[in-house]
Amino acid sequence: MNRLIRRKFGEVYRLKVPQRNFCANGAATNSAQPGYSQDSKIGHYDIAIVGGGMVGMAFACSLASMPLTKDLNVAIIDSNPALSSGVSIKKEEPPDPRVSTVTPATISIFKEIGAWKYIEQNRHAYFDKMQVWDYTGLGYTRYNARDANKEVLGCVVENRVLLSSLLSCLQSADFRKTIYPSRLLTLHRNSSSTKVDSHSSGLPLHGQGNLVKLDLIDGSSLHAKLVVGADGSKSRVRELAGIKTTGWNYSQNAIICTVEHAVENQCAWQRFLPAGPIALLPVGDNFSNIVWTMNPKEANDHKMMNGDEFIKDVNHALDYGFGPHPKSSMFGDGGIFSWLKADVTSASEFFEIPPKVIRLVSDRMMFPLSLMHANNYASKNIVLIGDSAHTVHPLAGQGVNLGFGDAFALSRVIAEGIAVGTDIGEVTMLKKFEVERKTANIAMMAILDGFQKAYSVDFGPLNILRAAAFHVAQHVSPLKRGIISYASGEQRLPLFS
Amino acid sequence: MAFKLPNQLRALYTATNYHHHHRILSPLAGASQSFVFSLRRLFADVPPLSDPSSAPPPLYPHSTKTSLAPSSLNQYELAKFAAIAETWWDSEGPFKPLHALNPTRLAFIRSTLCRHFRRDSYSAKPFEGLKFVDVGCGGGILSEPLARMGATVTGVDAVEKNIKIARLHAVWPFTNLSPIWIPQLQRLNIVAQQLLVEEQRTFDAVIALEVIEHVAEPAEFCKSLATLTVPGGATVISTINRSIRAYATAIIAAEYLLHWLPKGTHQWSSFLTPEELVLILQRASISVQEMAGFAYNPLTGRWSLSDDISVNFIAFGTKNSQ
Repeated sequence: MNRLIRRKFGEVYRLKVPQRNFCANGAATNSAQPGYSQDSKIGHYDIAIVGGGMVGMAFACSLASMPLTKDLNVAIIDSNPALSSGVSIKKEEPPDPRVSTVTPATISIFKEIGAWKYIEQNRHAYFDKMQVWDYTGLGYTRYNARDANKEVLGCVVENRVLLSSLLSCLQSADFRKTIYPSRLLTLHRNSSSTKVDSHSSGLPLHGQGNLVKLDLIDGSSLHAKLVVGADGSKSRVRELAGIKTTGWNYSQNAIICTVEHAVENQCAWQRFLPAGPIALLPVGDNFSNIVWTMNPKEANDHKMMNGDEFIKDVNHALDYGFGPHPKSSMFGDGGIFSWLKADVTSASEFFEIPPKVIRLVSDRMMFPLSLMHANNYASKNIVLIGDSAHTVHPLAGQGVNLGFGDAFALSRVIAEGIAVGTDIGEVTMLKKFEVERKTANIAMMAILDGFQKAYSVDFGPLNILRAAAFHVAQHVSPLKRGIISYASGEQRLPLFS
Repeated sequence: MAFKLPNQLRALYTATNYHHHHRILSPLAGASQSFVFSLRRLFADVPPLSDPSSAPPPLYPHSTKTSLAPSSLNQYELAKFAAIAETWWDSEGPFKPLHALNPTRLAFIRSTLCRHFRRDSYSAKPFEGLKFVDVGCGGGILSEPLARMGATVTGVDAVEKNIKIARLHAVWPFTNLSPIWIPQLQRLNIVAQQLLVEEQRTFDAVIALEVIEHVAEPAEFCKSLATLTVPGGATVISTINRSIRAYATAIIAAEYLLHWLPKGTHQWSSFLTPEELVLILQRASISVQEMAGFAYNPLTGRWSLSDDISVNFIAFGTKNSQ
């Protein structure tokens, strides 16, 4: 059936896919083997990246930046026309509501692979302060980058800026890549090796050839030693590889949009409300990004209501709505917690009220929140990175950082493998990546999920407990440093620093 | 050794219940840094050819480098081999520990040979243009990575089936890898002559990992290796030390405590100490330049190079220019 469809597509779209010819050239040296002549028109690649989003492109850039991997022959499969034509970003346009908070760890790796300079040419917003508080008015925490001896806590960048920067980075690199403007239809493992078997001694060897054949919906096909699924939370690669997932929906929706202030916002704000957190992130100039988590009905109402009313609700939610401001000196001087302040730098920082929002400057987008984790990231010749392996609660903006972490870790593992002549589809090597990243990802997922659960219950004693937690976080400097470091992308849990 | 262990382990699986032994093997492989090596020894050793009368008959003659005669490869064993052959290249299968070790040996080869041949250690194919021979190549677990690193590799092995597997597995995308069957490795010197005389072949690097302890006359073997090496070329050899620790893991634990092998099958005395190896290589005009041991971390399941050469060691030497 698939084959039928494929053939049909193949005929219809044959003329529209000029890349087919390029890829054949790229693999000419490899396809000269006997037994493969019938496939000579199909591109042979070292790596096929399915999904040219931020994580997939970061992976490609990372490969291009390392001497051991820069000669790999890579195919990128994505139907987004921007990959071929480039992303056009007009600076005078207000920021897109789809933004990411990148951590210092991500920033330093972006610098290493040479992509950060392109981000700096576009709109981006560093922030060195963060305030987290809750509606009960019982506690707050202010984080300052100085607490952890860092310059910034993070940087908010529009996703399209991230993508275009990675594209520019990849284009400037001397890297053999072929873009297939299509989507994945099916995967066949070792399809081309069966024929070799038949005239051999009949040993049931699997593993020879070590190739995966990818059929795309436009009828084109390619072979790759390694398929990297960077195709998001609804990953087709994951589905075809038969990798199961664990996860749940939060029955919460997030509304995202861009708003404007009268003054520049330089701090990341997050307030926990009865139905979920609202976050106000600086995105450059006088703009901020809003991520507001609510139950689906509220979310829908807030999406439909007129802009002015929405802004009124936002300001309400970030100020006196739902409860009072926390008192800065609640456990102040002379109090029982005062001894904790010995070497505190920012504990004395007072609670602040976020800058007022004056205008809504983008559409409001709504998406459901869920947590999903793939039971495996790697199988033979196939590996998952980014959202295809794990999606997290968008609290603290860690999702894409985990994805970037995957991308860089995988490229490093591949480089180490190439150094000792490893077949890059070999599962032992891919499992090394899986072990390394699973630990990091699950720890972060558990923390974010725990936060979500802790704040989805509005119950007196729990509220006080939460407030106490805020106070501990606010006043115990080593813990605070640990939290900042962890949120910055360092692979270390707060309590074990 | 990783490329050879399957050879010998095959015997284990042939002779006994597969699952039973697999279960035992795994924890033990993790428990001792030398266990994998020891296992290989357990199933590898056969009585020396020179003394057939006093030694028990070889248990698994097909599995050794020193097969008495090709006829000892009977049909039953071949069928068993075919069954295990499928898992040879399965890195999640019974040979998982070997696949885990291989990168460590390759790391040693890469770093020493890159330095020796003045190759760029950041290159993906640092050995391009160099000719290597992998003596005792087995299914090609070492030959293939070397070929990927750019070398033109000739793999030789005494077991015909190994060569078949190596050929089958390497069908794509290798053009620079050719496995050759040498019926008896004892005849390596003759084969070396053949390669030299008939095909005018010598090699920039001759690699024989975990082979020398299987040959009856290590000194002669080393001379053959030297014959195959071009002057100024490199030789890499790995083996097991004749140490108390090797004795404890390879003989006491495996033969007497676990009964994996009948007592007395092990020829501990045929192991070479590093000093002895250096000496016989020197007589074959190969000077050892560098040596390292292998360490196993049971927590991570990873191997690494270490200074401890008391159990397993690998040596890199250069052939003196004439």
